This record gives sequence, structure tokens and C-alpha cells, in this order.
Amino acid sequence: MNPIISVHQVTKTFGKLHAVDDVNFTVGEGEIFAFLGPNGAGKSTTIKMLTTLLLPSAGSMHLAGIDVVKEQAAARKIFGIVFQDPSLDGDLTAFENMELHGVLYGMERKKRGARIEELVKLVELWDRKDTLVKTFSGGMKRRLEIARGLLHHPKILFLDEPTLGLDAQTRNLLWAYIRRLNEQEGMTIFFTTHYLAEAESIADRIAIIDHGKLVAMGTADALRQKTGTDNLESAYLELTGSQVRDETLSSADSKREMIRRVIVNR
Amino acid sequence: METIYILWLRQMKKYRRSGLRMVLSVIQPLVYFLALGFGFNAIFQQAGRGSYIQFIVPGVIAQTILFTSIFWGANIIFDKQFGFLKETLVAPVSRTKVMLGGALGGATIGVIQGLVLFIIALIFGFHLYSWPALLLTVLLMSMLSFAMVSFSSGIGAVVNDMPSFMAVTNFLVVPLFFLSGSMFPLDNIPGVMKAIASINPLSYAVDAMRATLINQSHFGLPVDFAVMTGTLVVLVVFSIYRFRRTEA
Ligand SMILES: Nc1ncnc2c1ncn2[C@@H]1O[C@H](COP(=O)(O)OP(=O)(O)OP(=O)(O)O)[C@@H](O)[C@H]1O
Ligand SMILES: [Mg+2]
Repeated sequence: MNPIISVHQVTKTFGKLHAVDDVNFTVGEGEIFAFLGPNGAGKSTTIKMLTTLLLPSAGSMHLAGIDVVKEQAAARKIFGIVFQDPSLDGDLTAFENMELHGVLYGMERKKRGARIEELVKLVELWDRKDTLVKTFSGGMKRRLEIARGLLHHPKILFLDEPTLGLDAQTRNLLWAYIRRLNEQEGMTIFFTTHYLAEAESIADRIAIIDHGKLVAMGTADALRQKTGTDNLESAYLELTGSQVRDETLSSADSKREMIRRVIVNR
Repeated sequence: METIYILWLRQMKKYRRSGLRMVLSVIQPLVYFLALGFGFNAIFQQAGRGSYIQFIVPGVIAQTILFTSIFWGANIIFDKQFGFLKETLVAPVSRTKVMLGGALGGATIGVIQGLVLFIIALIFGFHLYSWPALLLTVLLMSMLSFAMVSFSSGIGAVVNDMPSFMAVTNFLVVPLFFLSGSMFPLDNIPGVMKAIASINPLSYAVDAMRATLINQSHFGLPVDFAVMTGTLVVLVVFSIYRFRRTEA
């Protein structure tokens, strides 16, 4: 598979903090790629750099061969994104939010209208399309954001915790749809989540980041095998430690440090 | 073009839906107009300077525009805080267009507010010296509003939180307004004040509008126009520059 996302020795510092620290990986075209890690690990920072919202402190990134730093305008056409935090205009209606997006992405009026209808129906908000978004529930907003991210037929879809705050029904519906898009349109999916079961069932490959460093990468099976565990959650905890973030290295941590090195250098 | 249009339209829709905000923002200048206009009218006339109501209308229109426009950048802060800014920043459109679309929206609102005040002034007996010159006045109002909105957007792009934004703009708005000749003629004031007023771009906007509305001018309309144009260009460039550098 051709890499459609390639990240080469990327570092992002905020003052002294290395939010992302010398990260390397590639994602193949049409792949579903899960990017996991504890709170503050650097997932969103990586996505922000890949989507031109932040400049890397060092390293290079390409989307479909386009340099994300040097050719921002071209890179922006390639992806759609659902941010971790809300990004809708609450004073506009659902339809207006979608329409604005379509115009920003240079979609022609006719195609735009049809695609908006298709997507808003898909996320089951068509009967609410003329309601101001600020009156929507959290889940409704999330669904609309996902529909919006898909509007311009992106080659790559970045989803930063897309299912956060959604009920189980909606989560299932959403993943079923995302999988279908992936199969039918060959759309590459790059997502983060704290629901490990989602990653396990959906993702072709999984990368785990902790303290800004990539600690493991591979299929769910491979990660289970490498850690000698029988599910992804245990593998994940084995790799990232069961402690809440920002603890100093304990002896258990140093053991994990060893496992990490083995896996990353595999 | 469609990009600029849709971003302008967004601001118009938000403005229309803002309800009370639309009404409230003309009340303060209206109070100035009524209280000062009628309060000082007699003294002004005794001093042989004609009608103070006539004199103050251009100043109050400038004030309305200044106050509406200089706080415009608050919308950028809201867009940052509510996250919508990210949507525009990752879109494949130039930041220049993003800035211009929003700022044109703000400028339109500023002009609308200025015109509302103008109409109220007419109702209260303001006498316009020449109707054709009203067109020129609208142009001047647009220039002033666009300049101030751009300036404010530039600040909004730099600052990340509302308290800092308000601190910066409040710090600027009072001297800009009071040292501009909006409320008094510039010819008989102390030298220091005069010097300050003559480096205050707002003085020229007020003076220009006084020229077109009541045919009185301190600096002369060509000078006013030149200074306003220069200020507008500098502030728009400043704002575009700040927008280009915005990260989220
Ligand atoms: N603009 C910023 N300025 C300073 N520090 C930042 C900034 N953005 C992120 N950080 C820091 O960088 C680190 C990584 O943050 P990031 O948001 O990428 O984590 P994350 O993996 O997405 O976590 P979560 O699962 O909680 O969303 C954190 O320590 C965070 O505090
Ligand atoms: Mg995050």
C-alpha cells in the first residue's frame, strides 16, 4: 500500500514540554488507523499538525505526497476533520453550517445541496436541519460535525475522539457508516478514541503514543501477542501503565520501558 | 468571492438573530446625542458657534461606528472559544479571505448602526446640508467601520481570552473617542490636546463626516480622506498579517 499519511521525525514542543517527541509512522491508502494513548499523550497535537493547525517544531509530514507545512493550501483540500472539541457555529442552523462548509471547500452549488441532504439524512438530522445548532444535544452536534467532515469527499478523514459523548446506538451506527465509506470510497480513516473496543474492532492498525513518544504500532493481534495479553485493553495498559498520567517512573514503568523498546524496534 | 460572501452572510445572519444586541448598541450613542446635544446647545449657540445639535451628529455617528467596530474582535475570541475558528482555519481558503469576509460583515453592521443613528438625528431635527453628500458620508462611514473592525480583528487574532481583549480595547477606545473632536471643535483647544487630536485617525473621520454632513471642516476633506485611506490600508494589512499567523 502507498502511504497516504507519512510522518517523519516529528516533534512539537510547547516551551519545555515535548508534546510530540520524534514520532515516525505511515498510514496506507484506504487504511483505518487508530491512534491511541492516555490523556495528554499528544494525539490531538499530532492531528493538529497533520491538519495544518499547528506547525511542527521539527520533522516533516506529507499527505498524499503533499508537504503539510510547505503546501498548506493543497494539503487542506485532502482531508476532512472532526475535532475533539466542538467547532460548529451555534448561531447558525444545521443546514447553514453544512452549506458554509461546502462553500469553503469550493463545492459547486448543485452537488453541495444533494450531498448535504444525503449526509444530514444519514446522521438523522434532516428534520432538524433548520434548527439553530446551539439548541442541539451533544450527540446531535457530534453527528452533524461528522456529516460536515465528510461533505467534500475527503481522501483522508481525521476523527479526534468522534464518539465521545455518544450513546451506544449512535456509536454503532457511526462506525458502520465510516466503515462503509472506507470500503466504498476507499477513504483513509485516522481516528483517536479512548474506547479500546472500538479500535480493536474497527482499525486495521493501531499506534499507541505515550508522553509524546510512539510506544507501539501494529494490528490488534500483533499488539496482544507482543505483550502476551488476550485483549487490546490489557495490551494497552501493559504498554502505557495503569497509572494516571504525570507520575515519575516507577519500577513497573521501567519494565514497560523495556517492552516498549523491544516493540518499537521490532 | 463566494467564500467572502458566505462569511459575510454568516455575520449578517448572526446579527439579525442577536435581537437585543442590535437595539442596545445604538442606545449609548443616542444618550450622548440627546443629553449633550440638547444640554449644550444653548451655550454653544451663545458662544456664536451655531447649533450644537448639528455639530454633534457627525461625532455621534462616528462614535456609534467606533464602539460597534472596535469591539468586533470579540467575535473572533468567541469563534476561538466555541471552536468555529478551527473550521475556517483548516479550510482550503486563504486566511486573507477569512479575515475579509468577517470584517466586511462587521463593517456592514457598523454602517447600519451609524445610519440608524443618522435617521434618529433627522427625527430630532438634524438638518442635512446636502442630500447627495449623504452618499459620500456612507462611504466615509464604511471606511471608518472597516478600518476599526480590521484593527479589532487583528487584536482578536492575537489575544486568546476575553478579559485581555477587553482590557486592550477599553484602553484604546476612550482616548480615541474623547481626543478626536467628536464632541467639541478642535480650533480653540490647548496645544497639547490639539496635537494629540491631530495624530488620532478618528479625528479625521469625524472631520470628514462633518464636512459632508454639515459642511464644516477643520483639516479639509482631502486631508481627511487621505488620512482615512492610509489608516484603512495599514489596519487591513495588520489584520491580514495577524490572521495568517493564527494557530489554533
Ligand atoms: N497550545 C498548547 N500549549 C501548551 N501546551 C499544550 C498545548 N496544546 C497541548 N499542550 C500539551 O501537550 C500535551 C499533549 O496534548 P494533546 O492535546 O495532544 O493530548 P491528547 O493525547 O490529545 O490527550 P486527550 O486524550 O486528553 O485528548 C499535553 O501535555 C498538553 O497539555
Ligand atoms: Mg486529544
